[in-house]
Amino acid sequence: MQIQLNGEARTLEAEASVAQLVESLGLAGRRIAVEVNEEIVPRSAHGETRLSDGDRVEIVHAIGGG
Amino acid sequence: MTDFFQDAPLRVAGREFASRLLVGTGKYRDFDETGEAIAASGAEVVTFAVRRTNLGQDAAAPNLLDVISPERYTLLPNTAGCYTAQDAVRTCRLARELLDGHNLVKLEVLGDDATLYPNVVETLAAAETLVEDGFDVMVYTSDDPIVARELERIGCCAVMPLGSLIGSGHGIQNPYNLRLIIEQAGVPVLVDAGIGTASEAAQAMELGCDGVLMNSAIAHARQPVLMASAMKQAVQAGREAFLAGRMPRRQGADPSSPLAGRINA
Repeated sequence: MQIQLNGEARTLEAEASVAQLVESLGLAGRRIAVEVNEEIVPRSAHGETRLSDGDRVEIVHAIGGG
Repeated sequence: MTDFFQDAPLRVAGREFASRLLVGTGKYRDFDETGEAIAASGAEVVTFAVRRTNLGQDAAAPNLLDVISPERYTLLPNTAGCYTAQDAVRTCRLARELLDGHNLVKLEVLGDDATLYPNVVETLAAAETLVEDGFDVMVYTSDDPIVARELERIGCCAVMPLGSLIGSGHGIQNPYNLRLIIEQAGVPVLVDAGIGTASEAAQAMELGCDGVLMNSAIAHARQPVLMASAMKQAVQAGREAFLAGRMPRRQGADPSSPLAGRINA
C-alpha cells in the first residue's frame, strides 16, 4: 500500500502500525509527534493505530525557531 | 535583579518567571552556540519551531530538545510559517503531543513572506479554537490596540505585539501604540519581534512591557553569547527604570549643585 509520508509518496510492503513505521524509520524513542490524516496519534496509541492505503502521515520534531 | 530589590515575577497563565527575557532558538551556527547564548541570556522561556522530521537522518543526530531540555526550560513551541488558522492549530496540537501534553504555545499566523506581518483575522480565529481546546496562548500580533484587546477577550494569556518586522532589527517603531496596548491590558504584554540591540530592549521595558521575546538580535549579533548577556542586562535595566519612574522632562536646565554658598556670590 501507499501512504503520503511528510508530503512524499512511500510504499509500505505490508500492513503496518504507526509504531512499526516509526521503528522502520529509525525514529523509535526519538522526540517526535505523529499525525495521520490531520489527527494527532498519541504516543500511547502508536502500537494500535493501523495505517491504511492513502493515509497522509506527518512526523514532526523540534527545530530552532523564534 | 539587584541585591536590594526583588521584582515580582512575570506571571503567564499561572506560571512564574524571574527573567523577563524570552528567547528563540533559530539562526544559530550550531547547537553549542544555541545552548551557550540561551544560558547567557538568563531566559527561562525558550521558543522553537515544529517541522517535518528529516527521514533517513542519522538517528544519533543531536536534537534541539537535548539542548533546551524541557526539564531546564519552559518550552514555547511556535507556529512560525503558518499562514492559516487551520495550519496553526494543527501545529499547536503536534507540539502538545511532542511535549507530552505541555499546553503553552506561541501563536503566530503570518500574512505574507515579504513582511511576515501577522494576519490578525486568521490569528483571532486560531486563538478562539486553541483557547477552547485548552491551550495557553501567547499571541504574536500587530501593534493595533483593538486587536490586542480582542485577543485578550478571547482568552489569550499574553499579548505580544511586534516592535517592527520579524528579523528586521528596526526596534520599536510605534511606542505610542505599545503604550495604548499596555495601559489597557489585563494580561502580560511582551514585545515580540523587531528588537535589534540592547537599548531597544530596554526601551520596550521602560515603556512598561512585561517582557521581551527575541531571536535574531542575539543569534545574528557578531558575538551572540555576548549579545545574549547584553540583552539580559538591558531587560533588567529597562524594567528597573520603568518601576523607578523616570524624572520629568523640563524645558530648561536645572543645576544639580546648589547655587547657594558659591565663592563668587
